[in-house]
Amino acid sequence: MTQPMSESPKPPGLGRELISFRIGSQEFCVDIMSIREIRGWTPATALPHAPAYVRGVINLRGAVLPIVDLSIRLGLGAAELTPRHVIIVAQVEDQILGLLVDAVSDILTVTDDMIQPTPDVASEAVRTFVRGLLAIDGRMVSFISLDRVLPEGELELAA
Amino acid sequence: MDPMAEIKATFFQECEEQLAELEIGLLAMEAGDSGSETVNAVFRAVHSVKGGAGAFGLEDLVRFAHVFETAMDEVRTGRLASSPDIVKPMLRAADVLADLVRAARDGGEVDAARSDAIAAELSAMTDGDAHASQVDDGMGEIDFKPVQVTTDDPPAREASGWTVRFKPRSELYRKANETVLLLRELARLGEVEVELDASELPLLPHLDPEGAYLAWTIHLRGEGSEAAVREVFEFVDTDCELDVQPCDPDSDGQGDVEAVADLGAGLDIDALIRNAQAQVRDGQATGPDTTTEAAPVVSAPGANRPEPVKANASISAPTIRVDLERVDRLIDLVGELVINQAMLAQRVTEAGMARASSVAVGLDELEQLTREIQDSVMAIRAQPVKSVFQRMPRLAREVAGATGKQVRVVTEGEGTEVDKTVIERLADPLTHMIRNAIDHGLEKPDSRRDSGKNPEGVVRLSALHRSGRIVIEVSDDGAGINRERVRAIAAEKGLIAGDAMLTDEETDNLIFMPGFSTADSVSDISGRGVGMDVVRRSIQELGGRISIVSRPGLGSTFTMSLPLTLAVLDGMVLSVGDQTLVAPLTAIVETLQPRRSDVHSVSGGSRVIAIRDRYVALIDVGMALGYRSEPLDPEAGVALLIEGEGGSRAVLLVDAIQGQRQVVIKSLEANYRQVVGIAAATILGDGRVALILDADALVAASRGAEMRLLPTG
Repeated sequence: MTQPMSESPKPPGLGRELISFRIGSQEFCVDIMSIREIRGWTPATALPHAPAYVRGVINLRGAVLPIVDLSIRLGLGAAELTPRHVIIVAQVEDQILGLLVDAVSDILTVTDDMIQPTPDVASEAVRTFVRGLLAIDGRMVSFISLDRVLPEGELELAA
Repeated sequence: MDPMAEIKATFFQECEEQLAELEIGLLAMEAGDSGSETVNAVFRAVHSVKGGAGAFGLEDLVRFAHVFETAMDEVRTGRLASSPDIVKPMLRAADVLADLVRAARDGGEVDAARSDAIAAELSAMTDGDAHASQVDDGMGEIDFKPVQVTTDDPPAREASGWTVRFKPRSELYRKANETVLLLRELARLGEVEVELDASELPLLPHLDPEGAYLAWTIHLRGEGSEAAVREVFEFVDTDCELDVQPCDPDSDGQGDVEAVADLGAGLDIDALIRNAQAQVRDGQATGPDTTTEAAPVVSAPGANRPEPVKANASISAPTIRVDLERVDRLIDLVGELVINQAMLAQRVTEAGMARASSVAVGLDELEQLTREIQDSVMAIRAQPVKSVFQRMPRLAREVAGATGKQVRVVTEGEGTEVDKTVIERLADPLTHMIRNAIDHGLEKPDSRRDSGKNPEGVVRLSALHRSGRIVIEVSDDGAGINRERVRAIAAEKGLIAGDAMLTDEETDNLIFMPGFSTADSVSDISGRGVGMDVVRRSIQELGGRISIVSRPGLGSTFTMSLPLTLAVLDGMVLSVGDQTLVAPLTAIVETLQPRRSDVHSVSGGSRVIAIRDRYVALIDVGMALGYRSEPLDPEAGVALLIEGEGGSRAVLLVDAIQGQRQVVIKSLEANYRQVVGIAAATILGDGRVALILDADALVAASRGAEMRLLPTG
């Protein structure tokens, strides 16, 4: 299921590459440099005391990889899991995590001036993750940052 | 890391090794071994530390090491007889030297008064009568010239020079020394005439490219002292044969040259070639017998042939330093291999292959091989417990000094190997236990004498392998546990009811309870509110257990049993709801089939279970971890009696036990974070992640529901 990223054509000139994916009817993208691989969905082992958007952990060649359901994390609600779902394996600082999304759609080459600031109307989830908006062929693609995707802070002690 | 820092790091690593050698040597000397090998080993250790420290400009270290070295040299040359009076201050000096090394490495201060006092003691020892007038106290005034070492030499002859015979052994070259530089250095002392003695050079077929065959005779004319000459060879003197003789003042040295020239017949290239050609013609070039017979030109009478066997005997098995990360990566990979192998085996079974099919047989072989690889890889991380054991004598000296007790530390099984991390994390609990043994266990010399014991107490530290685990014992021959007092204190601190009936074993185990400390006053040595409960906790964190056996008047023995590695764990595979979990086998005391009538509800919805008339908290694992919303019917599940921190117990209720197996421990924190009630994760044969229960945390979380804090056993 792994698709090595090196197969993607190298764009001429400057600009950054983003990988775009679909959750429900919406499209999002992240910086391709933080993506390690894309793989199919495998059932995860549930973690106790975890927020709803942490689906559990899977075995990624010996590493224990937490899976974040981006749909729940971005406030779009839980989706029924199908074998068609994919996991985007991303590196955030020194941790690796899996992002559960509906499908990967494209690789975009953009320059910084193409990224428009997020309008003020946005919800809290949008303010937390969305770094900007892109207009690609008439579609709106939200550019998100993965820094705060995993739960942070101290352990919530179980009762 | 820049290259200099790297070299320095290596130096400090080597220092640690040298310091260990030093301590071992000194302890051997203390025990009465004054053989030259031991004494030389001690001298070399100090000397190497000094040499390295000099290269890095660590002046405090050099100064102290020099005084120490000087004293050691006196012992080495026999001017100072090795005796307990000599060795005791040297042991203290070794401690100071270790402190200085650590201060140089980590920064920080060393108690200057202490090191000065010991340095003064050492120099008083060396200067003895001859120079008593020169040295008062302190080190400030002492001018450290290497010459000091030699002032006691036999009356210096008005030698017009020296004849130095120098024959390097192969070790000298192996340590990257260069004879040319040594000879050049020697030339600075005066006019030199160098003769090469190549008489031992074998013919090409017999030449070991890394061997040492050449020797030199150097005639030195000049004012230099013998010490100055020897100093040139200071760093190689263990790796060569060195003979320094004064030249006969009557002769101008020429005679010696001729004598030596006669003795060793130089290198006659023509003869060698003729010989070799002759052999090749005869087709006997490889016969060793032929060579010696047919090569009279190279046989030199009287030449000192090095004894290779002896030279090699002092070199331990060759080792390499490897970055720990590489080893851990390898261990991870082998862990993968084990998991993959298990997955493959499961697939083959699922595919319905017969047990006797060639695939299944091949798979069995693969499994065997995988296990062997795993064991071998684990062995790379294994180290002898020596590194932590050898710190204990010093600690014992300090504690004994502070408490006015006499103690001898006996260690056994230092070669027993266990994972490096276990060793590192063993240091603290062991330190604590040794302190306890001396501070609380041993009696004062007077009262020992009164009860007919040797005033010197013995603390024994031993390690051995037993059924796949390492067992470490700390025992003392002190008074044993005062059970009356233990009981009184426990009652006073509210740990037990005042009228509780406890067996001796239960009483002894009270010392492991949190908040228990028997010291009359909180002493510097073992007080401070941390007690045996901390020791027990550290041991349990390592997946180990600790127990105590105490006999009044005869002493106490603490026995720890620890896993050999932290990378794998023996676990019980459990089903909870639709999840598979693993419980560490070490935490499980017994498994039982609960009866509904044994389970009682207490306030707040929590349940307890009666086990042999004691109530123990019942933890429904599925509920505790949120895998189930309704409590499990006890009779539908299996109960595991577990023992957690402080000896407190609880019962885990799970759906079923799937089996028992060794699992590879995977970190959950690496990519996620710590989860309450979960110690780590592992990967099962089906490739899925299973969580490993943290028995301690589950017990702690259930504390509120517990009826008694006492161990139920």
